[in-house]
Amino acid sequence: MFKLLEPNKIFQITSKAPKYVLFLFVVVLSVGLVEALILSPEDYKQSDAVRIMYVHVPAAWISLGIFSSITVLSISGFIFKNKNFFLISKSLAPSGFVFNIIALVTGSIWGKPTWGTWWAWDARITSMLILALFYALYLISWRIYENEEKVFKISTFITILGIINVPIIKYSVDWWNTLHQPASINILSESSIHSSMLYPLLIMTAAFALFSLLIFLMKYNTELIKIKNKGLDRL
Amino acid sequence: MYGRKVKLRFIFVSTILLILILTVFLVLKSLEENVVYFQSPSEINSLTELTNNKIRVGGMVKENSISMNSNEVNFIITDFKNEINVTYSGAVPNLFEEGKGVVAEGILKDRNFFLATKILAKHDENYMPPEVKAALEEN
Repeated sequence: MFKLLEPNKIFQITSKAPKYVLFLFVVVLSVGLVEALILSPEDYKQSDAVRIMYVHVPAAWISLGIFSSITVLSISGFIFKNKNFFLISKSLAPSGFVFNIIALVTGSIWGKPTWGTWWAWDARITSMLILALFYALYLISWRIYENEEKVFKISTFITILGIINVPIIKYSVDWWNTLHQPASINILSESSIHSSMLYPLLIMTAAFALFSLLIFLMKYNTELIKIKNKGLDRL
Repeated sequence: MYGRKVKLRFIFVSTILLILILTVFLVLKSLEENVVYFQSPSEINSLTELTNNKIRVGGMVKENSISMNSNEVNFIITDFKNEINVTYSGAVPNLFEEGKGVVAEGILKDRNFFLATKILAKHDENYMPPEVKAALEEN
């Protein structure tokens, strides 16, 4: 089933991919920034403060998406005893963590002028902070344990603990009274965000996803080179 | 198709996940009071005893209820069922407006009177340009 995932074959692709991804990222980011900062209209209520959303929301989405992917990959790696899945997880984590921090910081910057406070201990914000702690734990676990088997098990356990927080983040604004507003974008019903603001948001999301892919490829290549240097041709 | 060990590991992980979900659910359920960021005027109204602790009340600022003078702001928070009078001295956030969401932090003097020490504006999930808003209001 996983025969295709031999390091040499993967490396042929992943070693060439970064420059193309970088090019795409620069193009999409430029379009996204022009759309978000110049072409998109200001909001009727918060005026230009709305532009923070174009960084805040994609960053939060990507960090949630990456944590979910890490969990699925780690659990699959644990069940099927596949080392490659762990290496992919490990390489994905740093950009997820960075976007999590970006979401927290930009949220804080937006909160001061609109809500009137930098920080509130409401369910959405607190659960997002907890996600950042799980990311940190996950990344630290790869640093402190030398023994591979041990790292695989502990990092998988951390993702299992952390994944329970993900639906809590998503639904916190619906389940409880929170200062944070509920979701504006709904897949099943009509969105409460105007299309002239939705498109820049989606372009920025694509740009951030490409950035994550770029960092992932660079990290993953490093892992593959480490394996090559050990003289092993199979994972 | 897969070996016995793979199945065992799958069951092991699933069980851990189920137990954890159940635990977290029960913990959150019992801590619900602390998880909510604010209470609505109706919830305040149905309190059996009043505390002197700092609490937060949230809802809509009632239309035509804001009155400001040089050193304090008075307004009414409503959830369209119950109301609570709030008095506050200090600067209010930019988005503090009649008909919009607000969260007041402070001390409850009695069921109808709240002395706020901090006012936060709650933003809703609607994002649109001013022209669209104007068009909506015309209709």
